[in-house]
Amino acid sequence: MHELSVTESVLEIACKHAEQAQATRVTDIHLVIGRLSSIVDDSVAFYWDIISKDTLCENAQLHFKRLPAELICLDCDHQYQLEDDLMPCPNCGSPRIRVLSGDEFNLESIEIQR
Amino acid sequence: MTEKRITIVEKILDANDRLANENRRRFDLAEVFSINLMASPGAGKTSFILATINALLDANVQIGVIEGDTAPVTLDSDKILAAGMPAVQINSGGNCHLDAVMIDSALDQLPLETLDLVIVENIGNLICPAAFYLGTHSNVLIASVPEGDDKPYKYPNIYRGLDVLIINKTDLLPYVDFDMDYFRQGVEMLNPGLKTFAVSCKTGEGLEDWLVWLKSKLPAR
Repeated sequence: MHELSVTESVLEIACKHAEQAQATRVTDIHLVIGRLSSIVDDSVAFYWDIISKDTLCENAQLHFKRLPAELICLDCDHQYQLEDDLMPCPNCGSPRIRVLSGDEFNLESIEIQR
Repeated sequence: MTEKRITIVEKILDANDRLANENRRRFDLAEVFSINLMASPGAGKTSFILATINALLDANVQIGVIEGDTAPVTLDSDKILAAGMPAVQINSGGNCHLDAVMIDSALDQLPLETLDLVIVENIGNLICPAAFYLGTHSNVLIASVPEGDDKPYKYPNIYRGLDVLIINKTDLLPYVDFDMDYFRQGVEMLNPGLKTFAVSCKTGEGLEDWLVWLKSKLPAR
């Protein structure tokens, strides 16, 4: 798992923007994670508490917004959401599908005090 | 004291991607084709690289190899050096993937201007390497027959980002339950029309088609 690298990146980005805004502390961090980005929230939160110590982000609350993965069938144009397993188009059974979204992996916003 | 919400919308791995773009620039500047070779442990990454090196010896293709391992061993890079090509061993310090920073420093140790091809042998893992862009031109995955035919279904992300798929150890097909149609259907759903080569590094079967493809990508000297 690469949650540590990911958590370090989150901290770096959040601190950079907090400094630019002359914040005294960061209270909340909002992350947007698509269904296809394989990240374990609990693991990120675990690392977060350790590496955010003594930074502007210490004690900041992480919020994970999960977005579903949207697929489209290339044969019948049917759009559907990925459930647990990868599967052919539920409408016509075609295996020719394309992922429309679900790869999101963004730091959307931070809430600061100053 | 005031409270404020600041909108950022920045890709979490943006720093990695930016350095990866710089790596790509270095490859392009030196006119070197580059491959990020991924697979699970034991799929035959190093054997595949050695088979490629040996097959291209006569054509005088200069290949540099960046070997990623999670432990401080030089087993793989020693094999590359013994085959007569420059190799750099990266110890990822227990990390599950290589990232753009590691490639950046490995490139400092390779004679890029004398090379035609750089192969990065990523850490044996089907999850994490898929998330980190290295700046290489081509993502290649080796799936070996004994791993099972369900891997595209279980590790969809790595298949989605591929440019080339190698199915290795085809000599074992008679001995294991590997349903090629089921496997290929999974691949097709994730990456329609993916360029695929079925090979056996053991017998050499199928390697010729891979080499033809690879040569077509190398810079004309």
